[in-house]
Amino acid sequence: MSAKMIEVRWHGRGGQGAKTAALLFAEAVMATGKYIQAFPEYGPERMGAPVQSFNRVSDDPISIHSGITNPQYVVILDPSLMDCVDVTAGIGKTGKVIVNSMLSAEEIAKQLMVDKSQICVVNASHIALETIGKNIPNTPMLGALVKVIGTLDINEVLEDTKKKLQVKFRHKPEVIEGNLASIKRAYDEVKTHA
Amino acid sequence: MIKPVYPKGKLVAKTGNEVMAEAMRQIEPDVVAAYPITPATEIVQIFSQFVADGIVKSEYVAVESEHSAMSATIAASAAGARAMTGTASQGLSLMWEMLYIASGLRLPIVMAEVNRAISAPINIHGDQSDTMGARDSGWIQIYSENSQEAYDNMIQAVRIAEAAKLPTMVTTDGFIISHCMEVVETYPDEDVKKFIGEYKPERYLLDTKHPYTLGSIDLQDYYFEHRYQLAEAMRHSKDIISEVAKDFEKTFGRKYDMYEKYMMDDAEIAIVVIGSTAGTAKVVIKELREKGIKAGLIKIRVYRPFPAEMIAKDLAKVKAIAVMDRSDSCSGSYAPVYSDITAALFAAGIFTPKVVNYVYGLGGREINTEHIAAIYDKLAKIASGAEKPFTGIEYVNVRIK
Repeated sequence: MSAKMIEVRWHGRGGQGAKTAALLFAEAVMATGKYIQAFPEYGPERMGAPVQSFNRVSDDPISIHSGITNPQYVVILDPSLMDCVDVTAGIGKTGKVIVNSMLSAEEIAKQLMVDKSQICVVNASHIALETIGKNIPNTPMLGALVKVIGTLDINEVLEDTKKKLQVKFRHKPEVIEGNLASIKRAYDEVKTHA
Repeated sequence: MIKPVYPKGKLVAKTGNEVMAEAMRQIEPDVVAAYPITPATEIVQIFSQFVADGIVKSEYVAVESEHSAMSATIAASAAGARAMTGTASQGLSLMWEMLYIASGLRLPIVMAEVNRAISAPINIHGDQSDTMGARDSGWIQIYSENSQEAYDNMIQAVRIAEAAKLPTMVTTDGFIISHCMEVVETYPDEDVKKFIGEYKPERYLLDTKHPYTLGSIDLQDYYFEHRYQLAEAMRHSKDIISEVAKDFEKTFGRKYDMYEKYMMDDAEIAIVVIGSTAGTAKVVIKELREKGIKAGLIKIRVYRPFPAEMIAKDLAKVKAIAVMDRSDSCSGSYAPVYSDITAALFAAGIFTPKVVNYVYGLGGREINTEHIAAIYDKLAKIASGAEKPFTGIEYVNVRIK
C-alpha cells in the first residue's frame, strides 16, 4: 500500500446504509479527481446484523484487490456496535474513529481503549432527524469523514452528491436539500482533536 | 487528476457487474437468455431493466434454469441472432452439456461469467474453479483483472467470437471485482457499436433461402474431422484475438494481449497468475523493485486458447517461477495453470527455470500483499539455491493439520 493511499472501514447494521455510504463517498471523491474503490463485506444479509464496507482513495490508479485490514479511518454509523464488534481492529496508534454518538470523545475513547486524539464525534442521528426527518446517519457521516480526512474538497463533494441525488429524487427536491444540509452540518459539527 | 485515455471516453464509478451490463447495453445483442445467480445476478438484472425500459431493442428470455439459458442462447445464435448470456458457478455447471454443444456447433455466443466457488460446501465467493472446469469445453476464455478490463474484454469478445466462430466467455473474480466499485472509462455507444460492427452470420437457420442442417448425428465417418476443425479453430483464434486487441488499442487506446508482462524484461523471479490477484501482486513487485529485487509477473488474460509458445519464451530466462492457481483440479498431481505452464516450458525445451505450484483463495479466502511477498521471498531463495523447489502443491493461507 502506497503512503498516499487512504483506506476507510465503515461499520453499520444491515439496512442502515453502510454500503450506500461507501458507494456515495467513493463517487463523490472520484468527482474531486481521485481514484477510488468501494466494496462491501458480504456476510449474512439480515436487517440489523453488523455489516462492514470499505473505501480506498488514491491519486494513482489502485491495482490492489485485497481486503482492508489496517484502515486509517473507521466510521461507525451505529454506536451500539462498539459493544459487540472490534471496531478498532487494525487502526494502530494513528487511525481515527468517527462515531455517530451524543457521547463525548473522552467517554468513547475510554470505552474503546484508544487515545482520545483518535476519536471524532458527531451526532449524525440528530442531524439526520433535523435535516432529513429520519434517522439515516449515513449521509451526514460522509460529511464528517470528509472533514476528518482533511484533504478532500467539501464543496466538490456536495456538488457531486447533489447531481447524484437530483437524478434519484427528481420529484422530491426536499430530500435533496435535506441530505445536502446533513452532509454540510456534520462536516461543520464533527469534533476532532487535532 | 484522473483523465480518460480515449478523448471521447467518460469516467464513471461502477462495479464489475455494472460495467459488464453496460457493455451489453452498448453491444445490444438480438437475444439474451439468462437465469440469475450470485454473484452474477446484477449483470442480467440490470440488462433486463434496459430491455423493460426500452433502452435496448434486445429480446430478453427469462428462462427457468441455466441449462435452458444456454439452450435458448444456442437456439437464438443458430437462428442467426447475436446472442449473449451471463452466469456463475453452479449456473455454469448446470449449462455443462450445452457448453460443448455451443462450441461444437461453432456458435459465436458471448457470456459474461463471474468466477465463484463450486459446491459443496456451498460458498458464494470468488475462485476460478467454475470456469477452470470448463477449460476443455471449446470456449475461448478471457479473464479480467479489474472492471476496466471486464468492460474492454466484453467489447472485444463479440468480435473475437464472431471471427473465430467460437463461443467466448469473459470473466471477473466474484465479489472482488463483480461487487467492487472502481473508476472505469466507458466509450460512447456509437463508437462501441462501430467497433463491434454488424453481425453477418455466414449461414443461419432462419435463412430459408439457403437451408442447411445443424447438429445432426456424426459417427465414425465425420465426427473426428469436425472435432479436429474445432481444435484448429481454437489454435487459429490466437491470431484473431491479437488482431482484435491491436484494433482495440488503435481505436480506444488501451493495450491488450494474450497475457500481460509486468516487469518481466530482467525478471529473475516471477509469478504467473490469473485475475484480480495480479493487481495485488503488482503492488508487491513495486516494493520489491525498490529494494533491487528483480521480480516480475505474467498475468494470463486469455487462458483458452493457451498461448503456450509465447509464454514459454517469456519465462525462459526466469530462475524461479510460482504458478498461482485459484482452483484445485483435485488431480492428485497439479492444478490446471501449473500443468499448462510446465507443459509449455517442456515442449519448448526450456528446463532451467524452477517452477512451483501454489493454490490460493478458494471460496474467496483472502490473498493479500503479505501472502504474495512471502511467495516472492521463497522464489528468491529457490533462485539463489538456498532452498530446493518443493514438489507438489503449496497451499496459501489455509489451515492444515
